[in-house]
Parts: sequence; structure tokens; C-alpha cells
Amino acid sequence: MLRLPRFKYLRPKTAREAAGMAADAGARAMFVAGGTDLFPKLKRRQFEIDTLIALDFLPRGVRQGSGEALVGAGTTLAAAAREQGRTGPFHGYAQAAGLVSSPPLRNAGTVGGNLCVDTRCNYYDMTYEWRKAAGFCMKKDGDICLVAPSSRRCWAVSSSDTAPMAIALDGSVVLCGTDGEREIPVENLYLDDGIVYMAKKPHEVLTAIRLRAGAKTRSAYVKLRRRGSIDFPIAGAAVALQFDGDLVSGCRIVLSAVASHPLRASAAEDFLKGRRADLETIRETAEMAARPAKPLDNADLSHFWRKRMVRVVVEEALHRASDQTAGLAG
Amino acid sequence: MTDFSVVGKPLPKVDAAAKVTGRAVYADDILLPRTLHCRILRSPHPHARILSIDTSAARRMAGVKAVITGHDLPVKFGILPVTQDERALEHEKVRYVGDPIAAVAAIDEEAAAAACDAIAVEYEVLEPVMSIEEALAPPKDERIQDYGGPHNIHKLVALEFGDVDGGFARADHVREDVFFFQGNTHLPMEQHSATATYVDGRVTLWSSTQVVHYVHRALAKVLELPMHRIRVIGAAHGGGFGGKTDPFAHEIIVCKLAMLTGRPVKCTLTREEVFYAHRGRHPVLMWVRTGVTRHGRITAMHFRTALDGGAYGSYGVASTFYTGTLQTVTYDIPAYRFEGCRVFTNKPPCGPKRGHGTPQPRFALELHLEKIAHDLDLEPSAMKQLNFVQPMTRAVNWLRITSCGLDECSRRVIDASGYRNRARRPGHGMGFAISSYLSGAGTAIYWNDMPHSEVQIKVDRGGVTAYCGAMDIGQGSDSVLATIVAEELGLQPADIRLVTADTDTTPIDLGSYSSRVTFMAGNAAIEAARKMRDLLVEAAAAKMGMQGAAVQVGAGRVGDFSFEEASVLAEARFGTLTSAGSYKPPKIAGPYKGAGVGPSPAYSYSACVIDLDADARTGLVTVNKIWIAHDVGRAINPLLVEGQVEGSVYMGLGEALMEEQSFRKGLHKWPSMLEYKSPTFLDMPEVQTFIVETVDPEGPYGAKEAGQGPLLPVPPALCSAVHDALGVWIDEVPVTPEKVVEALRRKEKGEPARYGPTRFPAVPYPPAIKVEPPPKDMDRASAAAI
Repeated sequence: MLRLPRFKYLRPKTAREAAGMAADAGARAMFVAGGTDLFPKLKRRQFEIDTLIALDFLPRGVRQGSGEALVGAGTTLAAAAREQGRTGPFHGYAQAAGLVSSPPLRNAGTVGGNLCVDTRCNYYDMTYEWRKAAGFCMKKDGDICLVAPSSRRCWAVSSSDTAPMAIALDGSVVLCGTDGEREIPVENLYLDDGIVYMAKKPHEVLTAIRLRAGAKTRSAYVKLRRRGSIDFPIAGAAVALQFDGDLVSGCRIVLSAVASHPLRASAAEDFLKGRRADLETIRETAEMAARPAKPLDNADLSHFWRKRMVRVVVEEALHRASDQTAGLAG
Repeated sequence: MTDFSVVGKPLPKVDAAAKVTGRAVYADDILLPRTLHCRILRSPHPHARILSIDTSAARRMAGVKAVITGHDLPVKFGILPVTQDERALEHEKVRYVGDPIAAVAAIDEEAAAAACDAIAVEYEVLEPVMSIEEALAPPKDERIQDYGGPHNIHKLVALEFGDVDGGFARADHVREDVFFFQGNTHLPMEQHSATATYVDGRVTLWSSTQVVHYVHRALAKVLELPMHRIRVIGAAHGGGFGGKTDPFAHEIIVCKLAMLTGRPVKCTLTREEVFYAHRGRHPVLMWVRTGVTRHGRITAMHFRTALDGGAYGSYGVASTFYTGTLQTVTYDIPAYRFEGCRVFTNKPPCGPKRGHGTPQPRFALELHLEKIAHDLDLEPSAMKQLNFVQPMTRAVNWLRITSCGLDECSRRVIDASGYRNRARRPGHGMGFAISSYLSGAGTAIYWNDMPHSEVQIKVDRGGVTAYCGAMDIGQGSDSVLATIVAEELGLQPADIRLVTADTDTTPIDLGSYSSRVTFMAGNAAIEAARKMRDLLVEAAAAKMGMQGAAVQVGAGRVGDFSFEEASVLAEARFGTLTSAGSYKPPKIAGPYKGAGVGPSPAYSYSACVIDLDADARTGLVTVNKIWIAHDVGRAINPLLVEGQVEGSVYMGLGEALMEEQSFRKGLHKWPSMLEYKSPTFLDMPEVQTFIVETVDPEGPYGAKEAGQGPLLPVPPALCSAVHDALGVWIDEVPVTPEKVVEALRRKEKGEPARYGPTRFPAVPYPPAIKVEPPPKDMDRASAAAI
């Protein structure tokens, strides 16, 4: 059977201490929170480490203030899905957290871990022996991209469900380094590269997520995957709409799993602003939103189908967000 | 009807507590003192000649105790006597990614894995053959196997029963269709695992296998030891579904390594290696042509199949026949021509998976008949019913049909689901299909005249032990044995001690495949238990001064005595109390070459209705509910039957919707449980099961099989329901969302509203062997007398 490598396990008490340990240990150390993605990858030798630094001290729970929600990075996905409630401006975030993986993994996986989750590719998420037979790729042990061999970059896919939703809700993350904290927009946390996919320094610990929304914001997340029970997204749409009467005054549309980073559909956002979210407008917005998506053949099902489905998920997400506006009248 | 005390009761499995509390010892739980761990180096190439293997670096590594290659195990083996084409380790040529090349025994798995990585193999890479079409064409480099042919063809068969041309000539309507059933794998929860010891010149192997006897035979052959110096024990089993029905390389390897090192050697496959061991569902391309009268009565059928066999023979010859045999046991086909072909490709070998070779043609047949019904403007389920076979008849290909609950099964699911009065709304559909399966293959895998199953019973001071080679793979065969012995001796199943699946201590049972254990071991158990009962009754009657016939057995008593007292009386009178029973299927095969595949002492029948919603935007299908009725003859334990039926439905649904063996550049695309899609608990719809009892004249208490047949109607019923919902035919499985969307696009454009293969390749079938059909009523008298 596949076995874990031998590693040292460190248990710091604070984020600052954890960052220090990580800075000292260097590239052979990784953080572990829920471990739901980490441990299989250790077994498959996608991550080769000799030290794991536990983040079990991270704050758990959601604090809702006016116009914002502060989510502790150690909050489990199950708790985040539960605590955000069925209605209100942050509903889309709860939906996204509740659609990650399967119930047992949501009980272990954390919201911080889901924001930091490694990019995925079906040439990469395989055992050492399989990757050796296929020929190693540039993301691990090799020097070419197997999905686009003429490309000089890695096209592994951003597969977080909560990241696009956090961007749609104008979120930011608190990062703790060896000499203190900094807060950056979630949008700036990601880079358009399958290998170096995060702007977070490797030793920095993500401690909290701040989401922002007005009282008249409504959000929704729609995820497409083969099995509703467990799979990673193969396309998805996070939308947050701010209403001014009948009109959409603010709008963010962010796509999941169609690029190496959560992909904002800015042209579609601009189009929808100032308009009524009626059937025809939603259809046109969705079509515009789907344009920048360029999925490649490295996830489940065909990339042609995934490309065609982006419009469908955006349309559905816009409908769901605008359908929640009943309570906003007056 | 006879009154039973334990037969027919929904009692828990005899091993339920052991399994849910973790007490059951599975193969991977076995860890003997001083055990060495084995890892296997496998081919990274789909097709290559091996030029050299250098194990010197691996041998020098710390912790490594032995390294072996094909030179140490050169003798070929294979499950079928006609295809002995496998080696435990290949040193001349590799034929798929995952083909075993070398094995290491080391003090732990890490050391063994590192040593495998240090073995240097030089290859001459050959062009891989990855599809049926490529295999039918001349090879670019060389053939995959050195037998069969032409090109990469493994096996060709052609049989014709009755006047096929005449049948087509008198048809009012003739239709042709092409279908494809994609290959998929068993995906048991438990990976294969084996541990071997070599003590005093004797090999002992504990393994997760369905067939201890066939493993025993293969070990004797490859290790070149007499069978009496080898003992094979089946460990508690975590699922097989046909995937553990061949002898496997790792089983032979651990034995050889134990012989070389003198220490226990263990090997548990990784999930990836399980995908390479495979022996799963053959991908099958099918062409079918049927003639019918204007009322929908079948006049003739011509069925062609082409199977993608993967790199080795495995059960493939039998699988090829199975794609053409069971069409005739559900529908009365007066004239039938079958042409089958299996090819070799550079993929993990295919073999028997739940339904062995029959779900693919069942899928094609059910949809094909439904299309004919649409052509004739007939209600599909009614047209099918019009053609159902009758009980106690012979099919045109000589298969003997005894009990048959097809009509009742169909009625039950049609009535319960409201299939015929279904309401119409966009995207909603229902589909209906039926099927049949064997209750055990009528012939053994190798030719012999001995019984297929034997049971011994020992009674000693009230304790009853039953011995049988049968391997409980989770289907509940141990519980069935205990129930039958308990029924006959007037005890409870929990009173019966079982010794099973051990070639040293139990009499033979051929194994858990072809749905044969309840039927065959069950009949053997009845015989053995009745003989024991006679001894107890005779002793009790003598003591009571009565005739044996007057002695009541039941509720733990034999006449005036407790069971224990009766056993003491009997032992005093007869000496050691032992009895034995055995079962050999009747010789009912037809008088033609190839007639050995298909005959079974009885056939089970199923019918199924599926209700689903299909999303026209995404092509995603949501199954709302499944109704399934299964004619099991008699449910010896209805709880276990329901479990088998629901498990079959689950597996059929996975095959219908998502499971597929996909390859990219010669490599299995995703040999992992996350990426190879199979439904989880949460993806399962509600299933309503109806058990239909037809009391088969030859089955134990009338029982037939339940473990495989109910899978078969699920894929065609699903496609039929998708057509009902969206008006498009998906003529291949799995029904992925992209295929549905593509079919809808074609429909919109005015093209044929279907997705599936458009043509069947030219296959050099030989001229068909013409076989006279049997006299229609040949078994009526003899069947009545069974």
C-alpha cells in the first residue's frame, strides 16, 4: 500500500511561532491544518517534506459584524457552511464551503486550507510510479507541461470553491509572518501560474478571512462536478450582487476551476452594473462571463464541455442571487 | 408450501458482528513474526521488449532480502487451460503499463519500494495497440501475444441455431443497431493482499481471493510443487465482484519469495496496482439485427460482438461466448446467429466482472428491442413481454430454462412505478428493462468429472461443524451454509461452526464466481445435512422404540432428546459422526463446440424501472428512484438477497452513468478512487426491491442466484429513461453529460438524435457452425421429475 514518508511533526502555539519554524525549516517543511489534501499528496510523493508544522492553534468560528464577517482560518468547512446561515449577504460563502468535497472531509478540512489548496491537474495528482511512467511534469520532478507541451508555464487548475466566493465578497486574508501580520485582498493572494499559484510567502500563516458585503448584497455559488457527493469543481461561478432598488449597483463574478487562479469576469461585471437582473440580461451577462474561461484537458470530463458549461453555471448563480432579493424590497 | 424454521428468515449474517467490530481478519491484517514486505516493479510502457534487467543495485540496498525476476518464475499460467499466457514476472516482453517485471522482499515497504526504483530495465519500446480497430489491423511492430490471430485477434466464434435467413425472410420489419459498452473495473473496497510462509517444505498462502482452488492449481504449476505441499486459505474478504477470480502474480510472487528467504512474505497491492490487476468489464462493440412480425414477435436475430480483451487471455474465451449466449434465455428467439471476436490490446487484462460478458449484450438487446417497439408504434414493455420465454423450455441454443419469473418481475416493477401511466414533464423520464443470469456455470473451468462443490459435516457432543471450500466474499455464502445445515438439523445458524475456504481442511468448492455458491454448495450442504439428520433420527428412534419417520426434528430437539443427547446416542451407535454431500450440475449442454459456456442448472430473472430527471443544459442525469424485482427462486435469507440486489443496482448505476477505464498515451488515465468516478453513498437513489419466488425445481429449497443478475437491467433502463426524458438515444455507456449534450445538439440540428458508435468494423469471422435447435419440449418431462 502507499505509505506516508517519515517526517518530524511540530506543534507551535501561535502563528508567529509557526511562521518562525517554517522560515527556519525552509522548503522541506509544510503546514498542516485539516490535512485532507496534504496527506494523499504526501503518499503520492507530490509533496516531499521532512517536517510538518501543525496549525491546530488557528482560531475557529465566524464573527459577523456590520458589513463584514471574520472567519477564523481554522474553522472547518462544515462549520463555515453551517454558521453562515441560509440567508443574508454571505450565503454564497456558506454554499461554497458546503460544496467542498464530502461530509467527512468537510468535518476535517478548514477554510484556510481550502484557500491555500494546491492547484490540480490529472497529469500531476497521481502516484510517483504513475508520474514516472507518464513522464514527470514541470510541477513535480519534470520540466515540461504534459497538458500543453509547447507551453513554458504550468496549467494546473485552481480548485478552491471558497476562493472565488471570497473574492466575490471583496474578501481579504490576514497573513502572519515572522515579523508581524499583513492583510491583502483575496484576489491578490493568487497568481496566474500552476506552480507558484499563491503570493503568500511560504512561511506565512493564513490566520483569518474577512468578507465584506452591504446589507443589500446577495451572493450565490454554483459548482459543477460529476458527483455531487465528493468531487473537486470542474467549473463553477461565485457571484455577489449589490442591489439598489431593482437595479444591480455592484457586481462581482468569479469563475472557479477554469484557470490556474480564480478568474474574475470583469467585462460581464461592468455590463450588469446599472441594469435590472432580468432573464435576458442574465443570459447576456453569463455569455460575457464565460468568454475568458479557457479550460484545458487536465480535469474530469472534456474541456469542450467544461467551456460550454461556464455560461450555464454563471447564469444559474446569477438567478439564485437575484432570486434571494425578495426580502430586500423597500 | 413447506414450513421452514430458519430458511426465508431475514437473519443477520453469521459474520456480521466480526466485520463491524473489526474482529474479522482480512488478508492485510495478517502480520506474522519476521514478515518481509514485498513490492513489485511494473512496466511503465504499454508494449515493449525487455532487453535487460539489472537488479544488482537493488540487491545491495539496506534491508533488501531477495529480488526476483521472470527467470525465477518462468512457468506460464492462466485461469483457462487454453490460455496459459501469463507469467508472474515478465522477463521477455511487457504488454501493458503495470505488467509485473521484478519483485523485492525487504524488511519494510519503504525499503522494498526504494529497491524497486533502483532496478534498471532496458526496453525496446513497441507501438502500443489501444483499440479494437487497431487490434483488427496489421500490427505496426509485432503482435501482443504469439497465439490467436490474424493480427491481434485472440478468439473468433460463429454459431448459428435454426433457420436464421428464413426467420429474417418472414419478418415484417428488420432493424439494425450498433452499441458500445465501455470497460470498467470492480473497485472493491479491499485491495488484493497475500501473505505466504514456507515451513518444512510446505507453502501456505493467505489471500484475498474468490477462488482458493484455482489459486492452488496455479501455484502448483508455477512453483512446480505437488498440490499437497501447498495450502491456500481465503482470508476474510473485502469484496471481489469478479476481480479476484484469477490467480494473480502477487500471490505466486510472495510464495516464491517465502521459499527463497524462509520468512513470511506479504504483499498488499496499492489502489493503482488494483487498477492494473483489473480483469474487469470488457469494452464491447456490438451490432444487432432483428426481424419481427408486425405485432412485435421476434422471428430471427443476428448478434455480433467485438471485445477489447486487454493484454492477456484471462477468462476471455468464456467472456466472448457469454456475449452471445444469454440473449435466448429471456426472449424466445426462434433462429439465432452469433458471431463473437476478442482482441488483444495493450491494456490491463479484462475478465469477469459481475455479470461476466452478459451486461454488454443485455444493454444492446434491451435498447434495440425498445427501438423496434418505437418503429412499430408498440408499447416497449408490452412488446418485450410478448416475447418472454416460458418456464420449462429449451432455448434455440439448447440452454435449459426451468423456473422463470420474468412476467411476475415485470408486472411488479411496472405496477409499483406507474411506468405505463407516467406523467409527462420536460426532462423527466422512465425506462424499463429486464435480464437473466446463471445460477452457476454448468461446467468447471478445467475439464473434470468431479463434483463442483462438496460439504462435510461433523457432529461431536452436540457441536456441529460444516466444512466447505466455498469462499464468502461478502455475498453471505457462509451464512447460507449455516442456514441450510441449521434448517435440516433443527438448529439456529449461529449453532453451526464453519470451516471454509481452506484447501487443507475443507473439501472442494470451485469458488465464488458465476453466482454458483448458494446453488451448488447449498445443494451439497442439504445432502450432507440430511445424511447426518438420518443418523441422529435413527439413533433417537431406536432409543424411543419408534420408527424413524415418527421422530420430529426441530427447535434444538430430535424426538424426545435434546440435540446434544441425540448426538451422543448416535455417536455411541455409529462411531464418529460425519457425513458428506456433493453437487454436480446436470449435463445439459447442447451438442456443439462451445456449448459449455452458457448452460446453468437454473437462471435468475430481473426487471427494473428507473425514474430520472435529465438536465438539457448540462446533460447531467439525476436518478430519482429505481424499482427492481428479482426472481431468486427462493430467498434463503431475504435480507441477504436484498443486499445483493441493491448492491447490483448500485454497481449497474455506476457503469451506466460514470465508470470507465480511460487511457491516454497507453496509460490508464486515472487509476485512483477519486479520479475514477464511481457513485458514493450520497449518489445512491432510493431503491425499492421486490423478491419474486418461483421455487426452482433444482435449486436448494428452490433458490437461484441473486448476486449478479440484478445489475444487468440497470444500464439499459437508464438509457431508455434518458430517451424518455430528452428524446435522444445514448447508445453507449457510461452516459456522461457531454454525450447527452452532444446528442441534444445533433437533435437540434436535425441530425440523428443519438450518441454512439455508427459502424461495426469488418471482423474476419469464420463460417458459422450450424446447429439444429433442440426439440422444443425436450425437458418438460425430465424437468418435472427433478
